[in-house]
Amino acid sequence: MTQSVVVQVGQCGNQVGCRFWDLALREHSHVNKKGLYDEALSSFFRNVDSRKGDGRTCGVGGRIQHLKARAVLVDMEEGVVNEILQGPLREVFDSTQLLTDVSGSGNNWAVGHMTYGSAYREQIVEKLRRAAEHCDCLQCFFLIHSMGGGTGSGLGTRVLSLLEEEFPEVCRIVTSIYPSAEDDVITSPYNSVLAMRELTEHADCVLPVENQSLVDIVSKIQHMSHGAKPGQVIRRDSAIISGRGGLSAAEKPFDAMNNIVANLLLSITSSARFEGSLNMDLNEIAMNLVPFPRLHYLVPSLTPLYTLADVSVPTRRLDQMFSDAFSKDHQLIRADPKRSLYLACALMVRGNVQVSDLRRNIERLRPSLPFVSWNQEGWKTGLCSVPPVGHSHSLLALANNTCVKPTFVELRERFTKLYRKKAHLHHYLHVEGMEQSCFSEAIASLGSLIEEYHHLDATKGTLMPDAPRLSISR
Amino acid sequence: MSVVTVQLGQCGNQVGQELFGIICSDAQEGQRKTYSAASCERFFHQTAHGDFVARAVLIDMEPKVINHSMTKAATSGRWRYGDTSHFSQKQGSGNNWANGYCVHGPRHREVVEELVRREVERCDRLAGLMAVMSVAGGTGSGVGTYVTQCLRDIYQKSFILNHLTWPYGTGEVIVQNYNSVLTLAHLYQLSDAILVHENDTVHRICSQLLNIKHISFSDVNRVIAHQLGSVLQPALTADSHGAYSRNPLGELVSTLACHPEYKLLNVCTIPQMPSSSIAYSTFSWPGLLKHLRQMLISNSKMEEGIDWQVRPPAGSEQTRSLTGASFNTSLANLLILRGKDVYSAETDGFEDPALYSSWLSSKEAFNLWKSPVPFNKYEKSATLVSNSQALLRPLDNMVGKAWNMFASRAYIHQYIKFGISEEDFLDSFTSLEQVVASYSQLC
Repeated sequence: MTQSVVVQVGQCGNQVGCRFWDLALREHSHVNKKGLYDEALSSFFRNVDSRKGDGRTCGVGGRIQHLKARAVLVDMEEGVVNEILQGPLREVFDSTQLLTDVSGSGNNWAVGHMTYGSAYREQIVEKLRRAAEHCDCLQCFFLIHSMGGGTGSGLGTRVLSLLEEEFPEVCRIVTSIYPSAEDDVITSPYNSVLAMRELTEHADCVLPVENQSLVDIVSKIQHMSHGAKPGQVIRRDSAIISGRGGLSAAEKPFDAMNNIVANLLLSITSSARFEGSLNMDLNEIAMNLVPFPRLHYLVPSLTPLYTLADVSVPTRRLDQMFSDAFSKDHQLIRADPKRSLYLACALMVRGNVQVSDLRRNIERLRPSLPFVSWNQEGWKTGLCSVPPVGHSHSLLALANNTCVKPTFVELRERFTKLYRKKAHLHHYLHVEGMEQSCFSEAIASLGSLIEEYHHLDATKGTLMPDAPRLSISR
Repeated sequence: MSVVTVQLGQCGNQVGQELFGIICSDAQEGQRKTYSAASCERFFHQTAHGDFVARAVLIDMEPKVINHSMTKAATSGRWRYGDTSHFSQKQGSGNNWANGYCVHGPRHREVVEELVRREVERCDRLAGLMAVMSVAGGTGSGVGTYVTQCLRDIYQKSFILNHLTWPYGTGEVIVQNYNSVLTLAHLYQLSDAILVHENDTVHRICSQLLNIKHISFSDVNRVIAHQLGSVLQPALTADSHGAYSRNPLGELVSTLACHPEYKLLNVCTIPQMPSSSIAYSTFSWPGLLKHLRQMLISNSKMEEGIDWQVRPPAGSEQTRSLTGASFNTSLANLLILRGKDVYSAETDGFEDPALYSSWLSSKEAFNLWKSPVPFNKYEKSATLVSNSQALLRPLDNMVGKAWNMFASRAYIHQYIKFGISEEDFLDSFTSLEQVVASYSQLC
């Protein structure tokens, strides 16, 4: 069994990460009834015997002593990390996994990437190495960060390139939270565009998540749970914004949104953690979904968002789950994949679902989904037998789809609006190592990415002739 | 003589486990000592305690499936796998043929060869090796190809049969056509014969003949194992002089794969039905064989929706081209009959020269194996292994789709990363286009 390490950077990254660890513990305690440290737990947790004091990891098979998250927490402020250390999850981390500073990055990508990136380089690498050494087969790094601020976007992408330097063989899957258009950080377009270049060049896969989509989903579920008609009561532990059954009881304002992202991470790793009749390993994600190295932005959608308290008509509901995964409302970025072009699509199913259910639904949905001419059958599927807590089954769809383009175009427009007036530019250029060329190169990189998607988009609907086959002389 | 099976990857290890399960329960059914002894010698060795241990080596690059298959075998109570006949790693090949073939395969070559050698030495006489794998993923296809190559180097004079599971047309692995093309092109140079099951066909058998509502992978694998078992279980052959044949792989290969350009074998079995219906059904040999023959010539891979209009071309070349569109020309066929009154079955229909290519007489092209022992609870059953145009269309599709993807160079960077170049792809495409051309010109 393989292990993965989660690297959470900045305020947002740490808050999301924190929800992930809480829900991961809830999920494992739900499945693992014997209190034994099993393979599934070992993928994200170490089992440490605290009595021995040397912090050495116990092997798989023994009793659970003391679970430690395979995580590295980085923030350039103390607030969020301190809160974690005083909260119910404090036992899961120890001081050697943490790295903080006091002054913050001031919403400045350059401060995070250049200043802190250089100052803390050794320490970060040291902590990453230590986390890696605890694994006997390290498969994947999960980086969680936001794009808008200074630390998550600047230092987060610096960590990404350090990962590539130090662990070139290990897969890098990045979960990036994109700012809303009405973001309170004025410089967020700069930060996002500068970060985008790093993501395009150094990540294996990026799962973009837009803040606004999370807000929309949360309000939809809350609307359902308050104004519900009789017979449509939502089971309280089933909504993907719910943290019930986790360690932290009182929910903070962003918890509901962060829980959605945490659920995304739980789903994407489920097949690597639990058994299933069709395993989907983490290294299969990039292999199947990334046809060209730079086009590795995979739009996630999660279904069901909740289950109703009364259980009936299961088959129809199962098919509904598949339909929902392709609807606009369930995407974690504001985009409509059905109206754009699919390069490839993965369906990661959890729970009591058979291969015939998968096939039926793919056949049913295929006609309505436009796929690129050379990948008309671009479906990858995984079946994991353990469903999420409170559900009988669930689905995570990952779409490599040109529908990410509008998000990037909008980002470019907001960047250009600031950049044309050279607004706030001096804050960046003051920083050592930061030059104006960083801006022009970043915007050029984003431009060419948009262009690549655009070229593929242009092939949509036109019937491409098959490539002429090699002919064999008789 | 004994067969050593090498199970590779998730699919190989699941299919292999079902195969040994069916073979073992079939052999132990009822009082038929010679049959059961012949079957056991072929596929199992017995420990001092009388346990049946499969002559198999289990290989995968991740541990979950192997653990599952070994536990399932052990809990059957009838047979088990050898305690040390398996090799697994922690991290799979990630659906990447190049990762399996260029990285994992060479890295673990010695361990795997040693495991196979131990199993081979346990046989009094080795009848051959059978590699069971899929072509879609990374481990079965990539490591499987590499291991087949190693086996070919070491056991130069032994028969090597590859059993391949071809993926569903869509929905399993996106790069499946690349992986399939690379696997088939390489195996064509290494293997004596390639026995193929297509998931799509087997899935249809599960839904239409066996009436399974929620089809799982184990249902699919059980059908594959049933068909494969009915080929591999002991039978009386033309050369075996009234005793069970001792050389199953050798006879299979020499009767069916008589030309190095033609190695793809397809299997159909009749009847197949839900086990609850078997007791209420009666079968007659003429009826079964009539259906099976029409399945062969009209290329319908199961006993449902057979096109009865298709007729073998009569006499002259001209009429051949008229009826030729849907008629499935065979190079060689092997018919295996098992069950009651098997000696009364008339097989003339399969000996018609019109079924075969012009350059091989039907006497050489057709072979018949028989066994009076009913197989796997069917009172009478017939299995046809054919080297014919039956796999031409799926092969052509596979190559065509891979070629289309290759034209835009999609996903190629993932293979280059592990050492497979564009030229390697082109070589594989060229050799498979040759196979496609050969089969389509078969007449």
